[in-house]
Amino acid sequence: MKAHRIYALFLRYLYLYKRSLPRFMEILYWPLLDLLVWGFVSVYLARSQKGIPNVVAFFLGALILWDILFRSQLGISVSFLEDVWARNFLNLFVSPLTIAEYLTTLMLASLVKIVLAAGFMALLAWLLYAFDFFVIGVSLVPFIINLVALGWAIGFFTTAVILRFGQQAEILAWGVAVLFQPVSAVFYPVTVLPPVLQTVAKYVPASHVFEGMRAVISGGAFPVSELLWAGGLNLLYLAASLVFFAFLYRGVKKKGLLARVGE
Amino acid sequence: MDERRPFLSEPSSAPVVEVHGLVKDFGKFRAVDDVSFDVRRGEILGLLGPNGAGKTTVIHMLLGLTTPTAGTIRIFGFDLAHHREEILERTNFSSSYVSLPYSLTIRECLLVFAGLYHVRRPKARIKELLETFEMPELGRKQVRHLSTGQMSRLNLAKAFINDPELLLLDEPTASLDPDIADKTRTLLVHVARERKVSILYTSHNMLEMEQISDRLVFLHKGKVIATGKPADVVSAFAGENLEAVFLKIAREKKP
Repeated sequence: MKAHRIYALFLRYLYLYKRSLPRFMEILYWPLLDLLVWGFVSVYLARSQKGIPNVVAFFLGALILWDILFRSQLGISVSFLEDVWARNFLNLFVSPLTIAEYLTTLMLASLVKIVLAAGFMALLAWLLYAFDFFVIGVSLVPFIINLVALGWAIGFFTTAVILRFGQQAEILAWGVAVLFQPVSAVFYPVTVLPPVLQTVAKYVPASHVFEGMRAVISGGAFPVSELLWAGGLNLLYLAASLVFFAFLYRGVKKKGLLARVGE
Repeated sequence: MDERRPFLSEPSSAPVVEVHGLVKDFGKFRAVDDVSFDVRRGEILGLLGPNGAGKTTVIHMLLGLTTPTAGTIRIFGFDLAHHREEILERTNFSSSYVSLPYSLTIRECLLVFAGLYHVRRPKARIKELLETFEMPELGRKQVRHLSTGQMSRLNLAKAFINDPELLLLDEPTASLDPDIADKTRTLLVHVARERKVSILYTSHNMLEMEQISDRLVFLHKGKVIATGKPADVVSAFAGENLEAVFLKIAREKKP
């Protein structure tokens, strides 16, 4: 891998955001709306004394962490779609750029979006609801790493499908991560789910992160076993998504579809 | 020896591109059928044929975008299947039908590609290219606002960004006005003659093909049906000129 090629392609994404207010707003607009809605819901629940301790922290912490997962996946798929929409894919892949460099740049673009969106949400949560996201402490680091890894795995999977099946599959870029939300136990404990879905949730790394987050906010111990399980699953899923991507990429080249991406 | 042009030490007769027995099947359809040719150093090779002849598929295989079903491609002496990166660092491509990132300005766009090809002193190179392609005042203009002709010129500027030793050009003058098209042809001949750049070129402008090609490879239904100097191809088919030969072959509907 060559750093100058990764930097050059990264520069291309920075130029895009520099000039595009809608793209920049996309990073801030939806997080702002989510935070306002869920912030008021949590304030209402806290005031109605339904017996849920730390309800504001539970909801807003979960919301910010979920957004990290969602943004990390969007950062991969939407950055890829930017090249598809611009019909620029062919020019990129007749340059010496390798697929590994391309995917690495998508990950970097995704990290920038995560930092901007999560930083903005954490600041707003503190200003509007006096919730300090960083009260979760050092546990945040493994939580975030796990969510980003899952987001990237979903991102590579959806990107591979779009590469193979074209723009008719681009809805996946926005839809797939949300499929995982009900079984990720973002806003409720896994025990709320029916037994079948509890079993499914066991194999969704995000559910272990959100269970862990609630444990930490409640003053419980650092959820080592939950995070080890989530980390193991993520390694498996990330590797599987890359193998899947490589498999479809080879097929796309064989079918001569790489030159037609975006047509 | 110039470090960027290690092949200068090679004999001038050594082919830069060697294509042997190239086949491409899309399902049961054979798009390219046992195609062999070479491109020598400093040579302009015209690849021509009617629509669907397999020209674009051949170019895509030479660029590593499409995997051949059979056959070998060697460029600069390297097997493309195993040395894609090294080969593409010294190659470039332009097509009138391919876009560049439309939200970027011309200068930003060229800076990105200069980075991808690791161009030294990129700003100076971009300035030089904008002057060569007569658009020095357009550097800050967004690609989305370019006319078709300006877009073609930007594509050509992109193709020259890394000072390539091999240029693959798919109808590069298709959208250019006669003045710029003529200047582009002059530039292509100049870089081939003076800087020994090898050029593989497709066009539907037969006069242009006759004017600038050293040799032609005529494809029809995926097969090579004629190769040689333009005058030899014209006489082999007993035509008045290349356009007459093209029309004869295209309308016969058989190789």
